[in-house]
Amino acid sequence: MRRYLIRKIVIYALTFFLAVTVDWLIPRFMPGDPIRNMLTRVSVASNATAIQMMYDYYARLFGLDLPLWQQYLNFWKALFQGDLGISTYLFPTPVVDVLKRAVPYDVFLLVPAILLGWYTGNKFGAFAARSKRLDNFVLPLSYILTATPYMWLGILLAWFFGIVLGIFPIAGAYSFSLRPTLSLTFALDLLHHWFLPFASIFIIEFGGWAIGMRNMIIYELEAEYSRYLNALGSPKSLVRKYAFNNAILPQITGLALKLGVIVAGALVTEVVFSYPGIGYLLLAAIQNQDYFLIQGCFLFIILGVLIANFVIDLVYLVVDPRTRRGMVGESA
Amino acid sequence: MKKRSEVLYFTLRNKKLLIGSGIILIFLILALIGPSFTQYKPLDYASPRGAEPPSAKFWMGTTFFGQDVFSQFVNGLRATFVVGLLGGGLGTLVGMLIGFTAGYRGGIVDEILNAFTNIVLVIPTLAVLLIIAAYLQVRSLMMECLFIGLTAWPWAARAIRAQTFSLRTRDFVDLAKLSGMKPLRIIRDEIAPNMMSYLVLVFILQFGGAILTAATLDFIGLGPTNTISLGLMMQYAVLWGALPFGMWWWFVPPGLAITAIVGALYSMNVGLDEIFNPKLREI
Repeated sequence: MRRYLIRKIVIYALTFFLAVTVDWLIPRFMPGDPIRNMLTRVSVASNATAIQMMYDYYARLFGLDLPLWQQYLNFWKALFQGDLGISTYLFPTPVVDVLKRAVPYDVFLLVPAILLGWYTGNKFGAFAARSKRLDNFVLPLSYILTATPYMWLGILLAWFFGIVLGIFPIAGAYSFSLRPTLSLTFALDLLHHWFLPFASIFIIEFGGWAIGMRNMIIYELEAEYSRYLNALGSPKSLVRKYAFNNAILPQITGLALKLGVIVAGALVTEVVFSYPGIGYLLLAAIQNQDYFLIQGCFLFIILGVLIANFVIDLVYLVVDPRTRRGMVGESA
Repeated sequence: MKKRSEVLYFTLRNKKLLIGSGIILIFLILALIGPSFTQYKPLDYASPRGAEPPSAKFWMGTTFFGQDVFSQFVNGLRATFVVGLLGGGLGTLVGMLIGFTAGYRGGIVDEILNAFTNIVLVIPTLAVLLIIAAYLQVRSLMMECLFIGLTAWPWAARAIRAQTFSLRTRDFVDLAKLSGMKPLRIIRDEIAPNMMSYLVLVFILQFGGAILTAATLDFIGLGPTNTISLGLMMQYAVLWGALPFGMWWWFVPPGLAITAIVGALYSMNVGLDEIFNPKLREI
């Protein structure tokens, strides 16, 4: 178990190190001059000396006049002090503060959508496997759902429930007329705005896990132990229970592996619904060429995914006794 | 000879494969010949009246700016197929390169490649793509394919490594080694053919994955800067009020096409899996 955990932690530490390095490398070694681009976009001054002054200011801010190794060290130092620079789009708010405001919305949207989608999808997939009638209908539907781009389902739901039926709001996290308070009206309003983005992530997740589980259960029901149990005449429900317990393990690993894709999907869903999480922020940052904010979003997403991965690893330790005894440390 | 006819028999009987490849073919034809059926360029302001619903003149209506949706759609389809083919193809190639090397060599080479694969696997691909794309002022479709291919390979590498691992201890591989074959030839002539079906499945999934990734990138405005794409159509539709004004003809076709193409690929994947793996055939 120690070996398993240490292995995982080393991988995550290396990943984080690599991600931060990429975050540092890209603005410095990309063709083109990010500062120049930023200044021409903003086009604050047409005066050459003013532009030169701004240029020098930003160059110092980036620390571009220092030797490279020192820039790199400074980057890490600033990172540990929680300093990700200043947002140019929401000037003069520090990037960290901008992100802090967005993160609660992401957690509120993503955690329930991912967990519920995973749980119900797996349950349903196991239920549908090898039941002819259900399978014939559910399988095609699930395949269509996993093939659906997140933003498109979001757009369709927003259009149908928000415009055609007019029963759900299609933008924002709460009504413009309300201020965030701890009241029942506000909480209900929040939920009302939360529902459609949640539903569009949930539905796609549900379809994906349902198919995965269905296929997995079919494999398990073909396995030797299932045949043996069948030959012994054990009740079908018992065989299925064993099959489910075995099939759920790869699904847990699958959740860890798919997390990045799900998060990406959630980002575009937020864009569709103007939901003020990281995804929506990212779009604004991209459109306004706010490089510090883009880099901050990048680090936040990576950190979030790494933490979630680690939590899943811990869960795996609890669920699969073999990992605890160090029997399958290699496989993960 | 008998084996071949058996595969053919199951291929022609397999509805999932037939329907899937049929759908792909329809969209492929549309992408190839569609652009010659419209006189408008995708970004031309064709209609002076702004948004118009589908009509005889504009088969799929026009956008808020009066651009021809049909023209955007068929040209976007082209980009979608290019990304799937090149991005997915590159992802498969890199996956094969790393998977075969790690699986066949084993030992320290495997350790290093495996650690590297695991690292790239946990990094959310999109995050890396967006930071690269954000800093490039001009982006081409080829660049998008390159980025997607270079970030999509990890799971393919892992899967191929595992397969190679189980194949390399077989007798026929040992025999090839004894007869003095070079490792590269053993991989090419002995190992790869034995997992050909598997490699085809990997490519199909990479193809679909590349299309979805491209749609996401295009949708947040980090796609190619000089061409239209299905993801970009959806972004414009959302940003320019297609929802409140009910311009469904603007946002339904691009998403529907992506869903149909990727869904058809998945269906082909399952169908092929059933053909290659008799255990999965319908009982």
